[in-house]
Amino acid sequence: MLEIKNLHARIVDDGTEIIRGLNLSVKAGEVAAIMGPNGSGKSTLSYILAGREDYEVTEGDILYNGQSILEMDPAERATAGIFLAFQYPMEIPGVATMEFLKVAMNEQRKARGEEPLKVPEFLKRVKEAAASLSMDMNMLKRPLNVGFSGGEKKRAEILQMKLLEPKLCVLDETDSGLDIDALKIVSDGVNALRSPDRAIVLITHYQRLLEHIVPDTVHVLYRGQVIKSGDKSLALDLEANGYAGVIGQAA
Amino acid sequence: MNMHAQPQRTLAETALIDAFGERLSLLPGDGAVMVKRDDAIEAIKHGLPTRRVESWHYTDLRRLLTSVPAFEAGAVVKALAPVLEGSAVLPVLNGVSQMKLPEIDGVTVQRLSEKLTDGSVAPGLDPYGSDDAIGALNTAFVADGYFVDIADGAELEKPVELQNLQAGGQSHVRLLARVGAGAKAIVVERQAGEGDEALVSSVSQLVIGDGAEVTWLIVQEQPDTATHLAQFKAHIGKDAKLTLFVMNAGGRLVRQEVVVRTTGEGADFKLRGINLLAGDTHTDVTMVLDHAVPHTTSTEVIRNVVTGKARGVFQGRINVHQYAQKTNAKMACNTLLLSDDGEFSTKPELEIFADDVVCGHGATVTEIDHDHLFYLMARGIDEKSARGLLVKAFVAEVIEELDDEALVEALEARLDGWFSTHG
Repeated sequence: MLEIKNLHARIVDDGTEIIRGLNLSVKAGEVAAIMGPNGSGKSTLSYILAGREDYEVTEGDILYNGQSILEMDPAERATAGIFLAFQYPMEIPGVATMEFLKVAMNEQRKARGEEPLKVPEFLKRVKEAAASLSMDMNMLKRPLNVGFSGGEKKRAEILQMKLLEPKLCVLDETDSGLDIDALKIVSDGVNALRSPDRAIVLITHYQRLLEHIVPDTVHVLYRGQVIKSGDKSLALDLEANGYAGVIGQAA
Repeated sequence: MNMHAQPQRTLAETALIDAFGERLSLLPGDGAVMVKRDDAIEAIKHGLPTRRVESWHYTDLRRLLTSVPAFEAGAVVKALAPVLEGSAVLPVLNGVSQMKLPEIDGVTVQRLSEKLTDGSVAPGLDPYGSDDAIGALNTAFVADGYFVDIADGAELEKPVELQNLQAGGQSHVRLLARVGAGAKAIVVERQAGEGDEALVSSVSQLVIGDGAEVTWLIVQEQPDTATHLAQFKAHIGKDAKLTLFVMNAGGRLVRQEVVVRTTGEGADFKLRGINLLAGDTHTDVTMVLDHAVPHTTSTEVIRNVVTGKARGVFQGRINVHQYAQKTNAKMACNTLLLSDDGEFSTKPELEIFADDVVCGHGATVTEIDHDHLFYLMARGIDEKSARGLLVKAFVAEVIEELDDEALVEALEARLDGWFSTHG
């Protein structure tokens, strides 16, 4: 489903190269964990997948279902089924959360040639999704993410993911800032989305999240490259021995 | 007014002076009113204000008012459906008030053309300063409008909407209101029209009694063929509250002056303004607020969206008088500049003569936040719609603060209307 080939990318503003020849392949139905020390390029990779303009791809390609997405803007990628759950979701004053959800869902439906959702059906879906994440509907009456706690923002991201039903889910440190209970709720939400036709890329620092969302593959990112891939035991090894050993082997 | 003799009158100045001579016999008013009219046209004869007059520095009326249309006595315009559903509508059509008006509990309405002859209006026609060009223009030519008296203690069940609708040509209207002690009212002042070239002057004068609460919404949606010169003046009594909401969403040359004075302790004033500026237009909101007694409060928030070649101005002057201790005043003006050719000028001024007050002001000019845009687009919302959502959000924040669902919905519908034609 996702194939990243020899990707090189840099920050547009200052030309700093962050991704330096990254290769990664994720199949439909797979949950892939991306781990790595601070500054290894994990968040940058997630932004590049979503199409953020602050980064420029200088070499290589990103194929989604066999098609390059490099020329697509963020909205086109989203309507094609790529979803990024942000590490730091933006607070957007003045944009009502419900209005935002409705516009996003209907824009995506429109792009797929479907009719917009009728209001009762829309409300029903939001209520169900919110209940499954133990979210209070009153929260959704507020402007988008404004005044939400860190944990509430992460839940709101998963809520959006549930409602938009993407095919490729990229979760950037969704576990950061969550207490144990919230981590369980969010993980259950993600697990419920596991399906044979959907791929999930989990970016995380810690093994903790992977106890709740068990990955099929684990990839270690260091200095903009995948330096080691394995199964879930790789994550346990990293937890026990730190990154130094893996980095040492690769060097 | 500019007291320097102008070497040569502009076409507009000449047209105004000539029009006064022609109109004089048609203008209603008792002797005292007619004396005020003479004084006013004398002021105009000294010349319209230029950028050398401080309060007109960013709106050089003498240069910008390039022509003055004739009066179009026969032109017809129809009353509009009100902004707030269920409002009692008091229309002024092509400068003329109506005979048949709705009955409103607790409210007495008089036509201004009649009121001008009963000896009560003249004192209110005095200019508020030496540079009161809008006041002078209006005083010289005002022929009609309404006087609305809201009885002491009356809590109006439905809003009142004053409509000043031009049909091209000139119209000069005055809307007077007295809000009795303890009364509660929502009033919409609608300024619109459909004529070709138009020159409109409209002055609203409001006296708010002790403990009264008034929400006054100015919705200005003139076509881009109109020059709209407006003034809103209010005195706020003891423990009374005034929320003034101003939305400018039209007009070629617009100046909306807001002149407010707190006259009793505990008085509170809120100004909330939205300027939606497009095309090759000029829009100026100028406020002079006098905190004239102790223990009064005010906040002013102005949000501007500038597109095309539009130019906008906000001047906010807060005078805290020497005895007005414990004044609390806060002013903010934020602009979203969406085009390279647009501009916005902000001039906050605080003149504080008391020593125990809290006063502040701030101004920002920004573009659309790229992080916000990315976030919305990452959810599949295309760039145009995402920008639209963010621009609307920027101004909608001011509306949502009104905290009245019917008001918020009605005003957001006006916003949507503007964005659908200018987005």
